[in-house]
Amino acid sequence: MTSTDMPSSKDARSATDRTMDQRLELKQHSRLSALLSNQTFWVFVAVVLACLYLTVATDAFATSKNLYNITRNVTFVAIIALGMTMVIISGGIDLSVGSVLCLSSMVLAVTMHAGYGIGIGIAAAIATALAVGAFNGILIAYLGFPPFVVTLGMLSVARSLAMVASNNTVVFQFGPDHDKLLALGGGAWVFGIANPVLYMLVLAALAGFVLRWTRFGRHVFAIGGNEKAAILTGVPVKPIKVAVYMISALTAGIAGIVQTGWLGAVTTNIGAGMELQVIAAAVIGGADLAGGVGTALGALVGAALIEVIRNSLGLLGINAFWQGAFIGGAIILAVLFDRIRNFRQSD
Amino acid sequence: MPVLELQNISKHFGAIHAVNDVSFSLEPGEVVGLMGDNGAGKSTLVKMIAGNFRPSHGTMRMDGQELVMHKPVEARRHGIEIVHQDLALCNNLTAAENVFLGRELRRGFGPFSVLDYPAMYKRAAQIFTELKSETRPRDVVKSMSGGQRQAVAIARTRLTDAKIVLMDEPTAAISVRQVAEVLNLIRRLRDHGIAVALISHRMPDVFTVADRVIVMRRGRKVADKKIAESSPEEVTGLITGAIEAA
Repeated sequence: MTSTDMPSSKDARSATDRTMDQRLELKQHSRLSALLSNQTFWVFVAVVLACLYLTVATDAFATSKNLYNITRNVTFVAIIALGMTMVIISGGIDLSVGSVLCLSSMVLAVTMHAGYGIGIGIAAAIATALAVGAFNGILIAYLGFPPFVVTLGMLSVARSLAMVASNNTVVFQFGPDHDKLLALGGGAWVFGIANPVLYMLVLAALAGFVLRWTRFGRHVFAIGGNEKAAILTGVPVKPIKVAVYMISALTAGIAGIVQTGWLGAVTTNIGAGMELQVIAAAVIGGADLAGGVGTALGALVGAALIEVIRNSLGLLGINAFWQGAFIGGAIILAVLFDRIRNFRQSD
Repeated sequence: MPVLELQNISKHFGAIHAVNDVSFSLEPGEVVGLMGDNGAGKSTLVKMIAGNFRPSHGTMRMDGQELVMHKPVEARRHGIEIVHQDLALCNNLTAAENVFLGRELRRGFGPFSVLDYPAMYKRAAQIFTELKSETRPRDVVKSMSGGQRQAVAIARTRLTDAKIVLMDEPTAAISVRQVAEVLNLIRRLRDHGIAVALISHRMPDVFTVADRVIVMRRGRKVADKKIAESSPEEVTGLITGAIEAA
């Protein structure tokens, strides 16, 4: 450190100079070390290595068809993981996303099946998702319910409502705008990239921007870091919490709409168990379930790792029953790195 | 002229008289130690000045104007800043982000405005230099010492033109070396003409930094005198009731 070589002076100016020096040094030093201690970075490295290995080891991986499949499969989990990451940063959890996806899809399907246009169908689906999110958020923020309990209840309620709305049938006729809906989810309008991937990238950019560059984003981090401090410093904690659960439900709704267009049919089964994949993606991507930590990019990278694991097991001819073990292992491994770093810091 | 004047302030919670007929004033650039045992009424008194409670009786005046507050945010608007006992810091955010929490600087226009990090880092660095603290704006609070955390909490009070800073037990949970650091921060505030009310259990701190000491016992003010004219023994006696009043 050059600062120790400098003559010590009580003069305020030289004190500022010295801290400036230290700051510059630290900045260069900390860029690299911040990257190396970043969980998202290591998960990203894992994804890249896995892809390289699969390219060499199998003929089927690096084909445009398989890559198209992978990128599209990632999106549904990734889009919801963006909303989930916000919830987790705020110190909460949302178990209802899989069911909200199903309910939104079903509202869209039933509305369009009844002869309404795609615009009304999407509006109804989004409105449903937002209403569910608002209900979760208000119970959590204003009535002090634990997020786990409220969203666990909603997991059951939303899927049940989807069954009621459709009388538990499969909907595959979407009225006059049938083709438009299928193009929306199944098309590839730009450079042959699947539409869902585009939506995912746009939403990720938006989420990343909101988290980093808006007051709202900083407040979400503050609430997750120390809710009491946020209240004392005048952060509108309750409205922000409601908004966070509405955003989470909204991402589930959007994923539902896109997935409906892609699949071309809706059953009351879609999105079942999806909440666990979504939470896994967020956590693998670096979101801390204790709150206060997480990134939009991490949500994408986490979702990508899960999909690459899934895809590779099939290509490598490994029994599909192993899938759960590998994904579970990835969750534990990702968090293990984080723990090791914390142990080092506390030493 | 006193910056804050309390006249015959009382606060009752049902039959409990938490604060009973207390009057005192704070002058600009004065550090006043507010002492008393648990339940003596210190924190109720402070909460009334902070806008958390409204007095049952009596009036508060600020710069001669009557002061009526319904919410804590109003206190801030009147130039009263509070440094809470647990500091109200978010460990996951940087020093600058904590200083500006709830009052973030933005640039741009209306809905298109974004957070102005350069301006926040710059202003925070200025305040820390002004407070002669080594705290760096970009450091995450999690890795900071107790003294640096205090500096972050105190830096918040410098964002606006605060006239009064209420500090609740600022030296309760930090090491001896850091206590000196915090007492220096209090002197910096005083040098800026701010009136500081220091709520503390620690006799040495009050006798090191305060100009005046006010002692509360069972909801009443039992002493209000210059530090130079009192002694730790006398104050201890007043707190416990061994000395009736002074």
